[in-house]
Amino acid sequence: MEALGNNILYIVVALSIIIFSVLTVTTKKILRSATYLMFVLLATAIIYFQMDYEFLGAVQIAVYAGGIVVLFVFAIMLTHKPGKDAEPLTLHKKWIGLSAAVLGVVLCAFALFSYAKFCGVTARSFDSIDMAQLGHMLLSTDKFGYLLPFEAISVLLLACIIGGVVIARKR
Amino acid sequence: MDLTLLMYLVPSLVMFGCGVFGFITRKNMIAMLISLELMLNSVDINFVVFNRFLYPEGSEGMFFTLFAIAIAAAETAVAIALIINVYRAVKNVDINQLTKLKF
Repeated sequence: MEALGNNILYIVVALSIIIFSVLTVTTKKILRSATYLMFVLLATAIIYFQMDYEFLGAVQIAVYAGGIVVLFVFAIMLTHKPGKDAEPLTLHKKWIGLSAAVLGVVLCAFALFSYAKFCGVTARSFDSIDMAQLGHMLLSTDKFGYLLPFEAISVLLLACIIGGVVIARKR
Repeated sequence: MDLTLLMYLVPSLVMFGCGVFGFITRKNMIAMLISLELMLNSVDINFVVFNRFLYPEGSEGMFFTLFAIAIAAAETAVAIALIINVYRAVKNVDINQLTKLKF
């Protein structure tokens, strides 16, 4: 029963990822594009929950769907007249884009399907990592500790805050 | 039907292809940034799926995705600040209108 529910969830999530990511790059109105991006990000969060990484799913929803999409919507509102369509694509550019995307996807798909050794791997049971364990790993310096990247990210975020303010302020 | 590794890699591959297509064809800077987010997100899915299916005893992929999400957020914030600044200077965010670097 649990396996059936898992499969239905997978099919819904995979279809919504595929459909909404195609819509994101083909729709004419940019605000709709941002909305479809939000759906793609939420479907990704569901994948993370399905993989038993609850914290990662929560971070995905909070940072991506909650933060970045709102930032996009504000930027679109500031720089666009509402309801204006994007310019139609030139045929030349459309062909370049289509051929690059299709070539890349076909090449990767060929590589994936031909290297079938790991593709049929099913999920093993595993004890999901809890919050206390995750916090200890983030702040420890031994073998499975991530203190250095954690501190580097905090410095990077500080630099980005200062950079964003300096770039966007009025002269 | 058992869910296999390949079944998660295919949607992520399609998402990456859409990102490439959008990044090349779109003229609007914000739309290009949205396509870039699609590509970053598909790579994040790959990290998590490989971690869960091939090496469930470790959690390196999860931590890599965690840090990648933080970096993506910072990058988007700076890029949008740049776009708003460009809009203030030339009243436009289409890349074919932006031919001068100095104003």
